[in-house]
Amino acid sequence: MAAVAPHPRTAELVRARLEQGKLDVAGTLFRWLLVGTLALSVGVLAVLLIDVVTGGWGVLSSRLVDFLTSADRTSAEEAGVFQGLRGTFWIGVFTVVLAFPVGIGAAIYLEEYAPRSRFTRIIDINIRNLAGVPSVVYGILGLAIFVKTLASLPDWLGGGPLTGGRTVMSGGIIIAILVLPIVIITSAEAIRAVPDSIREAGFGVGATRWEVVRSHVLPYALPGILTGTVLALARALGEAAPLILVGAVQGRLGGGPGSLVDLGQLQERFTAMPIMITNWSGEFAEGFQDELAPAAIVVLLVFVFLANGTAILLRNRYAKRR
Amino acid sequence: MPVESTTPARPDAPRLVRAPDPGEEPASGELFEVCDLSVYYGSFRAVRDVNLRIPERCITAFIGPSGCGKTTILRCFNRMNDLVETARVEGRILYHGVDLYDPAVNPVEVRRRIGMVFQKPNPFPKSIYDNVAYGPKVAGLKGDMDEMVERSLRRAALWEEVKDRLKASAMGLSGGQQQRLCIARALAVDPEVVLMDEPCSALDPIATGRIEDLMEEIKTSYTIIIVTHNMQQAARVSDQCAFFTTEVNETSDTRTGILVEFDGTEKMFSTPSDERTENYVTGRFG
Repeated sequence: MAAVAPHPRTAELVRARLEQGKLDVAGTLFRWLLVGTLALSVGVLAVLLIDVVTGGWGVLSSRLVDFLTSADRTSAEEAGVFQGLRGTFWIGVFTVVLAFPVGIGAAIYLEEYAPRSRFTRIIDINIRNLAGVPSVVYGILGLAIFVKTLASLPDWLGGGPLTGGRTVMSGGIIIAILVLPIVIITSAEAIRAVPDSIREAGFGVGATRWEVVRSHVLPYALPGILTGTVLALARALGEAAPLILVGAVQGRLGGGPGSLVDLGQLQERFTAMPIMITNWSGEFAEGFQDELAPAAIVVLLVFVFLANGTAILLRNRYAKRR
Repeated sequence: MPVESTTPARPDAPRLVRAPDPGEEPASGELFEVCDLSVYYGSFRAVRDVNLRIPERCITAFIGPSGCGKTTILRCFNRMNDLVETARVEGRILYHGVDLYDPAVNPVEVRRRIGMVFQKPNPFPKSIYDNVAYGPKVAGLKGDMDEMVERSLRRAALWEEVKDRLKASAMGLSGGQQQRLCIARALAVDPEVVLMDEPCSALDPIATGRIEDLMEEIKTSYTIIIVTHNMQQAARVSDQCAFFTTEVNETSDTRTGILVEFDGTEKMFSTPSDERTENYVTGRFG
């Protein structure tokens, strides 16, 4: 078949047609609008970071180790964040030990075992609502239950101290409960995203439900579950309001310097990084508001990044194994 | 690498009656007897009043237009429909004379004897080795696992292609290889029956041909029930054939699947006794 040269007039017409509408005004505008929203978000974050880092730089560069290991003192030259770090560390431990297993377990039950009934739907909706309850409300719950009611064991169990009242144990438990709904929701979503074909494959070769969940559903969902728990942990470490209600105190009163992992302190008065930051920000003495508070913020941020980084490393390891 | 078929030529007549193996109970040659089977999803009746007798060690094909309940019926044979919460089964499926839907029957044990290959290849996102070894592992089978894996992969005609990368992820295999891996995985637990739900619908003709050869080879040791949309495939591989179609319900506008005819494949494709079968296999309908 011989190639037929197009009529010159045809080519001209086609060219005119094909070249029209090249300038897409609405599309270009929309694109730059999106760029603007991104720039705004990143910009605000950058300003915040630059502000706290420059504010705290003096303290962090001149006496970092001292700042991390010293107790809170009345003199701005000597004050450190040790008690706050310790409190926040333990709150993180309570979250990991209590909220993660309980939350992931509840999510597995809801997604893999529970029948899709009206009852489970109501539970599901309620968990979602719980995630939106203001944290102060959890503080009141913690005050009533863990500080007052469960301060000591009932007489018929010997009557020894349990949470000990306004202690890091009460605070840790209430923060764990606070983030529990977030852990459940994100884990449930990760489990729901596991394709049914994988479950069918497992059942098809004669695996029990538990075997399918353990060997196929959980490994597949694990990266997603870890992402959710990272968010929950970050939220847990940054919460201040419920801790104020369960009686977190100023650093100066929050126990002795002591060691980080001494279990006896679980039943003592405590403070946490967000509380110290709040207190220092309201302190009028020289150096607290404009140097120590930003330095403490940087320390808390690094702490949260470290916790998140660990979870992300874990997630990538599991995601690769898929 | 073409698979050399070592299968003897297929007998002309469908083998509805087979001599019992020595040492086994004198079997009637029928492995399954389906009695008045109806399946509901909620209040919707998907299939009604199916009666079938499926002989052992041959290939039975379920054919019919979309929505006629072929897959639904197939998934009753290993209680896979239990996983669909709204599904409800009425009637009986006798397997060696035991009703699979007897409340005392453990569906997990059923699935260890009656394996399944799905429409879309669904290997576990694990290594090739682990895919095959998983079934024997959960079944608690003792013995040399390496040898078991090799034997299953050989039977699925996949060994030569993957023997050097058993630890590689199964997700890196091609679609046809993945489906043969799924067949190897099903064979690894040494089931008596293999259910295949349109196993070639996601594959190209070459991969399809290999799987059909494979079915011919393994039918000497296994009973195979295959659902297929492809009538040429049913005519090529099956010994007998069940044709399903749909009927529109008068009261509601829903469609329910019914079994029209069940007979030897040659007869079904040459001289079917029902006009609907003839229309379907000659391409005048569906």
